[in-house]
Amino acid sequence: MMAYMKGRVLVVDDDTALAEMLGIVLRGEGFEPSFVADGDKALAAFRETKPDLVLLDLMLPGRDGIEVCRLIRAESGVPIVMLTAKSDTVDVVVGLESGADDYIVKPFKPKELVARIRARLRRSEEPAPEQLAIGDLVIDVAGHSVKREGQSIALTPLEFDLLVALARKPWQVFTREVLLEQVWGYRHAADTRLVNVHVQRLRSKVEKDPEKPEIVVTVRGVGYKAGPS
Amino acid sequence: MPEDSAASAPGRSGVRPERTVDGVRAKESRWARLFEGGLLQGGVQGSPVLRLLMRWVRRPLLPVMRLWRRNIQLKIVATTLLMSLGVVLLLGFVVIGQVRNGLLDAKVKASQSQATGGFTVAGQRADSAASGGGDDSSAATGGSNGDGDTVQNISGWLSDLVESLSSGGQGAFDVVTLSTTAADNEGRGFGPRASGGVDWSLSVPESLRERVDAGTGAVQSYTRIVYTKGKSEPQPGLIIGRQVNDPNGNPYQLYYLFPLTQEEKSLSLVKGTLATAGLFVVVLLGAIAWLVVRQVVTPVRMAAGIAERLSAGRLQERMKVTGEDDIARLGEAFNKMAQNLQLKIQQLEDLSRMQRRFVSDVSHELRTPLTTVRMAADVIHDARVDFDPVTARSAELLADQLDRFETLLADLLEISRFDAGAAALEAEPIDLREVVRRVVSGAEPLAERKGTRIRVVGDQQPVVAEADARRVERVLRNLVVNAVEHGEGRDVLVKLAAAGGAVAVAVRDYGVGLKPGEATRVFSRFWRADPARARTTGGTGLGLSIALEDARLHGGWLQAWGEPGGGSQFRLTLPRTADEPLRGSPIPLEPADSRRHRGRKDAERREGGTGAQAAADGRNGSGFAPGTGASNVSSVPLQPTSGDRGPLPPRTPRLASESPAADPTAFPGSGARVVPRPSGGVRRVDGPAGAGGAGAPGTQGGRDGAAGAAGAEGTAGAESAAGAAGAASTAGTASTGSAASTAGAVSASSAAGRTRQGPSEGGSGPGEAIGGG
Repeated sequence: MMAYMKGRVLVVDDDTALAEMLGIVLRGEGFEPSFVADGDKALAAFRETKPDLVLLDLMLPGRDGIEVCRLIRAESGVPIVMLTAKSDTVDVVVGLESGADDYIVKPFKPKELVARIRARLRRSEEPAPEQLAIGDLVIDVAGHSVKREGQSIALTPLEFDLLVALARKPWQVFTREVLLEQVWGYRHAADTRLVNVHVQRLRSKVEKDPEKPEIVVTVRGVGYKAGPS
Repeated sequence: MPEDSAASAPGRSGVRPERTVDGVRAKESRWARLFEGGLLQGGVQGSPVLRLLMRWVRRPLLPVMRLWRRNIQLKIVATTLLMSLGVVLLLGFVVIGQVRNGLLDAKVKASQSQATGGFTVAGQRADSAASGGGDDSSAATGGSNGDGDTVQNISGWLSDLVESLSSGGQGAFDVVTLSTTAADNEGRGFGPRASGGVDWSLSVPESLRERVDAGTGAVQSYTRIVYTKGKSEPQPGLIIGRQVNDPNGNPYQLYYLFPLTQEEKSLSLVKGTLATAGLFVVVLLGAIAWLVVRQVVTPVRMAAGIAERLSAGRLQERMKVTGEDDIARLGEAFNKMAQNLQLKIQQLEDLSRMQRRFVSDVSHELRTPLTTVRMAADVIHDARVDFDPVTARSAELLADQLDRFETLLADLLEISRFDAGAAALEAEPIDLREVVRRVVSGAEPLAERKGTRIRVVGDQQPVVAEADARRVERVLRNLVVNAVEHGEGRDVLVKLAAAGGAVAVAVRDYGVGLKPGEATRVFSRFWRADPARARTTGGTGLGLSIALEDARLHGGWLQAWGEPGGGSQFRLTLPRTADEPLRGSPIPLEPADSRRHRGRKDAERREGGTGAQAAADGRNGSGFAPGTGASNVSSVPLQPTSGDRGPLPPRTPRLASESPAADPTAFPGSGARVVPRPSGGVRRVDGPAGAGGAGAPGTQGGRDGAAGAAGAEGTAGAESAAGAAGAASTAGTASTGSAASTAGAVSASSAAGRTRQGPSEGGSGPGEAIGGG
């Protein structure tokens, strides 16, 4: 296990002062930041730098953050953390639905940012070989693949983690707070909307009928659990 | 009728009150009301069978009445029909009367000339008979039986006369001769004779005969001509009579009878024509009224429908306008109004959207540089060990104040979001115990610094409500942190309860409490209990305002209670399911261990017997006897609460078994210090003066003095003297009254009563507190 998670971080932000400050902090923590200030150039920069994580401001000149997020997500499952000045539900949910794994509301503390980046990168640690079943899905944890009747389903790393967390303990009902801690790595409950949105995204990929979920079942008033396999 | 109307009075008031409230009925006539109220209700009040019958009769009428009340078209058409019917009838009568008069006049004139002619002829014939007839008759008879001859002659002469006179008529008239009533001339041949089979006795009225006898002129009258031989029906007729002399100079009565058959026929024809015409006119008028009213009513109905749709939010609805008449003007005005309305609403919506947009933009614009500053400050702060002391301290201050600035900005933005109506509730079923646990564990570090213990009671069973966990947590964090901060190191009690359709969390502290009037002001923005008071945790002054808005967003209540020196209690009440109106809270706003309640308890203990009565008083008074100024409770302004209507029956039967006679001093570290009991005498030096509890009379003097010295308000002294903390009122709007009476037991408020029921009903009183502790 590495003491520090090193990694390339692409910072997409138009505010040069903030970008520079982010660079200082990230470098201080041992990351390799690269910068792009324009939404239109973000995708090209992403392809060029192949970052391990993207820090994405929602308000950008040119293409806005939501659009950039969607484009990156369309070709990669790389963790995306949104920087947003708006904590309004709509903004956050729109951001998460466009494919971001996590968001952090400005103004944030450097430690908080680093903790979240680490939490997103931690999952690239080597997992033990493990086969799980949930519903009619077969999950190969080490191979990072989910298959239904031999057909593989593409999930982002975060969605995969969420599914694995539920599948590992199919007898347990997970509250949103527990999921936040296990999947996102938050010690303190941040925002359960993260869980709601990602459960919906996950369902839209793995459920036969997202309206009547069978894989990720809602336990009303408590949280979620894995459906019977 | 008098009986009916007399009986109607009770009937109206008693039997069907729902009908009397119906405002539309005020328009109905008094008759209708008298009829319904008197005959249909009052008159049958005593008998259920009759009443049933009446109801059965009325039932089919009700829809008709309803239609009548609601349909102006029906009303106008019916009124028009009735009125035109009246007019037509009146006209008919007048016309018929005139036609009849005209017809009769002509007939009468013709008849009179006919009769006059006849009378003249009769006279002439009598004269001629008298001059030559004597010879004739004597020659004819040749006998000495003069009388008999005369009689026969006269008789024959009369018969001839009648025949000849009536022969001119040929059914147009008949002739009758009668003897005068004065003399009995029957025997002299003056027997009645009538032409055309007229029954003279029935046709000639007696009064006419008398009048004929009385005068010499012609007399006329209307009569019914009756025929003897069944020739035809009796007919109306005109009769003209006169006294005429026979050839012997004896008077007899000669009558001309003119049947009015023809006139009657004409008249009935006119009547028939008029009736038919009248019917047509009435029906046509009704139809016209219907059409005309329809022209007016249709646009009015359209306007009403469109107004309804407008008020339902479909602002683009407009009336169709054709022409330039008044209806068109109505339509135009209506449309103009709707347009202005739409414009204004649009403007307001735009403003609101702009406001939201502005807040959002400001938030972004402020936050981005603030983030940079924040990060820079943190980097500097982390490196401060390398700085000289002044710079290091500056770095610390910078970081600290940035924290504060951030919180303030966040709170401001949150408040402006509420103001803009942009706050959205994301309610889902949550267990408030979880939230409370998180909040309490989050507040532990602060509590430890303050030396405060936070205890949670009432968390044995799930307390589930549909709520926004984020917001509820924010509210509770605020309340708990406030309680710890102002609790002066004493315990903080977090109570949970669920009952009926509501759940509640109350946070009780035993700190400085609230002064009169502050219970409402704590929710004001940037309000501070004591401006001079050093703030240790650096709240923004917006916390409770935001909490209040959060509670409102849930359709819940956030209320405060407090007494100076006796601590305070903040209670959050939420409906169990979203959108359900709150009717009460499971936790009384004024805690059971308030000074007033304790005073009551002590007084009860002393007075024993009166206790039960006091409890009853408190209970049905719901009370809230006028409270003192000192302890003070009030509902939060603008909150849709009608105050505390008393605690709902708790759901946890477990509480019932709690020790009823809980001694508040048994509170670990709280009761004894805050509200010293007179017997205990454990009073902290810095404890609130005037918190005398139920001071025994002997000790009152001293207590008063203390209160007077420490408590600036007179009420504090009064309270202390009273021995019972004053009742506080949560009823309705904020009302803090005065004057707890000296008899604490009797002046008990309902809150006290409730508390005393505690043992059996499980009030959240001291017993519960002990159970939790």
